[in-house]
Amino acid sequence: MISEHLPALVVVLPLLGAPLCLVLRRGAPAWGLTLAVSWLCCAGAIALLDGVLSEGVVSYALGGWTPPWGIEYRIDPLNALLLVIVSATTAVIAPYARRSVASEVPAERRHLFYAAMLLSLAGLLGIAATGDAFNAFVFLEISSLSSYILISLGPSPRALTAAFRYLVLGTIGATFILIGVGLLYMVTGTLNIVDLGARLAPLGTNRTVSVGLAFISVGIALKVALFPLHAWLPNAYAYAPSVVSAFLAANATKVALYLLFRFYFGVFGAAYGLEALPLETILLPLGLIAAFVASVVALFQIDLKRLLAYSSVAQVGYVVLGVGLANQAGLTGAIVHLFNHAITKGALFLAVGCLAYRGGRMTVAGLAGLGRRMPLTMAAFVVGALSLIGIPATAGFISKWYLVIGAIEAGLWPVAIAIVASSLLAVAYVWRVLEAAYLRPAPEPNAPRNETPASLLVPTWLLAGACIYFGIDGSRTVGAASEAAAFLMNLAR
Amino acid sequence: MSAETTLWLALALPFAGALLIGLAGRWPNLREAITLATAAGLFVLVVSLLPTVRAGARPAVTLLEVLPGLRLGLAAEPLGTVFALVASFLWIMTSLYSIGYMRANAEHHQTRFYACFAVSLGAAMGVALAADLLTLFVFYEILTISTYPLVVHAGTAEARAAGRTYLGYLLGTSITLLLVAIGWTWTLAGRLDFVPGGLLAGAPFPDGLLVLYVLGVGKAAIMPLHRWLPAAMVAPAPVSALLHAVAVVKAGVFTILKVAVHVFGLDLLPALETGEALAWLAAATMLIAGGVALTQDDLKRRLAYSTVSQLSYIVMAALVATPASVLGGGLHIAAHAFGKITLFFCAGSIYTVARRARVSEMDGIGRRMPITMAAFLLASLGIIGLPPLAGMWSKWFLAQGLVQAGSYGLLAVLLGGSLLSAGYLLPVAARAFRKPRDEGGASGVSEAPALCLAATIVAAAGGIVLFLFPDPLIGLLRQLVAHP
Repeated sequence: MISEHLPALVVVLPLLGAPLCLVLRRGAPAWGLTLAVSWLCCAGAIALLDGVLSEGVVSYALGGWTPPWGIEYRIDPLNALLLVIVSATTAVIAPYARRSVASEVPAERRHLFYAAMLLSLAGLLGIAATGDAFNAFVFLEISSLSSYILISLGPSPRALTAAFRYLVLGTIGATFILIGVGLLYMVTGTLNIVDLGARLAPLGTNRTVSVGLAFISVGIALKVALFPLHAWLPNAYAYAPSVVSAFLAANATKVALYLLFRFYFGVFGAAYGLEALPLETILLPLGLIAAFVASVVALFQIDLKRLLAYSSVAQVGYVVLGVGLANQAGLTGAIVHLFNHAITKGALFLAVGCLAYRGGRMTVAGLAGLGRRMPLTMAAFVVGALSLIGIPATAGFISKWYLVIGAIEAGLWPVAIAIVASSLLAVAYVWRVLEAAYLRPAPEPNAPRNETPASLLVPTWLLAGACIYFGIDGSRTVGAASEAAAFLMNLAR
Repeated sequence: MSAETTLWLALALPFAGALLIGLAGRWPNLREAITLATAAGLFVLVVSLLPTVRAGARPAVTLLEVLPGLRLGLAAEPLGTVFALVASFLWIMTSLYSIGYMRANAEHHQTRFYACFAVSLGAAMGVALAADLLTLFVFYEILTISTYPLVVHAGTAEARAAGRTYLGYLLGTSITLLLVAIGWTWTLAGRLDFVPGGLLAGAPFPDGLLVLYVLGVGKAAIMPLHRWLPAAMVAPAPVSALLHAVAVVKAGVFTILKVAVHVFGLDLLPALETGEALAWLAAATMLIAGGVALTQDDLKRRLAYSTVSQLSYIVMAALVATPASVLGGGLHIAAHAFGKITLFFCAGSIYTVARRARVSEMDGIGRRMPITMAAFLLASLGIIGLPPLAGMWSKWFLAQGLVQAGSYGLLAVLLGGSLLSAGYLLPVAARAFRKPRDEGGASGVSEAPALCLAATIVAAAGGIVLFLFPDPLIGLLRQLVAHP
């Protein structure tokens, strides 16, 4: 009975939880509610993924209105995986939030913080679950508006300008997507994504459809922070509260990337085949440029969170590049990187949050001596950093492996070399941090050990441990990802 | 205990040892006892594998399945067993030596030092016993990362800069070239296992692949990718001795030999055009590095360039790919290990006792430290390839292989390289024994700490033993090339 309504429940639960937080009016109970909701969503998403992998696509007609007229929630291998990524990382971050938020957000705003976080979660899960293009836009706005609030709650006043910048650019992106969807609606008269693909095919390409594709591509590129449309991201991540940085870095761009998959393969690919899409001409080069340029910029960052933020821009490049390869291995790499990067960057931002909690300065130089003072926190950071580079036996390696194989199979040798070469840049920017933490003399050499409390450390290590676990046993993640990739390739055939 | 259990125990023991060393940090004697016990236990484990491998069995275990078709697994075969045997035996010697050296020099961060050392050895075991390219690659990278803290041990600006060079070269080559090479192999063969006779035998000729492999294994220090090795000499002497004369560099040339024999196969490899070009690159490295070694005044740097030169013998052996040359290359892994570790032990002892690190300061040191310098002289003979040391056998078989392949040009280079090694090693011993003692040195004999001295003597004697009784080793390695 309940399992039948799961596709809607994972979205409705956080959506209802948000106003409840407002009613509770205190930080602690609101946190408890957030924790419960995130864990329930996570359990639901895992059940959904299991169901989809064993029994195939689940279609859920919202309110009983049959698609394509009503809104359809359609869970396939791709978005089931995405639901798991988003809800699982949130479920790990939620227990971390209590202490971290208590130290960074004023008491009278904490329940608002949790309300916004639940709304954002509802939006992200909604984008993933829905099978309706307009509904996806609505959820995109829900998640974006609430993340503007979350960012603006950051401790530094610069959080406000960062949030405003994100607001402007995010709105432009969302509007572009809306215009694109509108153009497609003009041509086909439908908003259901599966239906869109089916109805576009007999119409053939025309200028309206092409313009729609262009609007959607640019809009999504803004939301995923694809270089050179990434300008909103570094400050937004850098000045947001620690929990929000981890939450957004793990989830927000991933869901926007999912939209790219959905529109490219599910709508345009399904209608015209992959050849009609600008994969090798636009996505591939843009992805490569993003991976390189953002990594180089990361090299010169002084602020630790900005460094990680630029690294996120580079990682988005990898995913886009994987899509651009347009084969099974490349796409598997791109999809599995959604997961692997979510846990990797999540672990890194949580570790940085631990440093912030202990009052550390958030600059690379400010880390001096922390390898001794906070050994467990820094060790978690090291694990995340190795995974970011893609050292074997970490999750990052699995994604890189598939991307490289994808490039070789596509016969694109320079791309294969470029992928691995850009991970060298990751070595360089990560090592600056590690050198500072472990080799620079501490400012106060005899400062006692000052480890992070367990409630922050355990979630951090859960994600760091996941980076190792999914690096040495990648069969489950890659299994789901390759299933999703095969599903997408099939759609587009 | 079955051979399979022994295999994974041999991998797990050093890592477990590292953990215990970390926990015992507050009690130095207990900590060092753990190091010694782990080293001895590891050696026993590897030795107990020996009869099985000699009998022709190839025990294998799969540790876990990373992805469908991609496994982490261990397997014992002759070449890997030889490498594991050499590395684990010399770890015992180095541990003894380290205790003397680290205490005499009152080094800091000793717990980190011993723990990283154990992890490095575990990684070296993983490389030696890897059943496939992925496993090898994983432990190859762990070896790079676990030796980094040892290279930057001093923590000075110079050490940090050297550490950057070290990581840059090793990670740079392995990630950009080796990983792509492995990926390419995967797309060609659909699996990554090491196969006697060659995984790619019968595949369309992958000329460029060989280039990626040989240059991608930065640990083999082929020029122009050698600079990390001299840079790594900022590390304490035991690190230079075991890791940068044995475990790390041998992991590199071992990988190349293994790829030559078990991925390309001795039938396919000689047919590759790039093979000959790369063999000449190795030849050039041999001569140039030998020439640079002549000009180095810092003893450890001179030894490092000597290592670069000597590693090229093994790379050349792999690329010429005749049965005799591969046999010679395999022997040279052992022979050079014993010789070079002795030389580094001596360099470290001289530094500990007399605070001298330059060749020009070695005048008369042989009268002050006669045993140490006698060992130095013996080991020098081994590196040059003279009897009564094991280096002679490896060069003998290598030369034989070159004649079989008809590569007389490379043979000439080989002999030239050996002459060069006489040129850069013998003057050190000559100065030490023949020149009068310079001013300021204490009179009388003052030898290295007892533990250091014992380790040096055993390592030097090892070279002689291998010269006198090479048969077990040769018999084992013959199995490698005499596949059905």
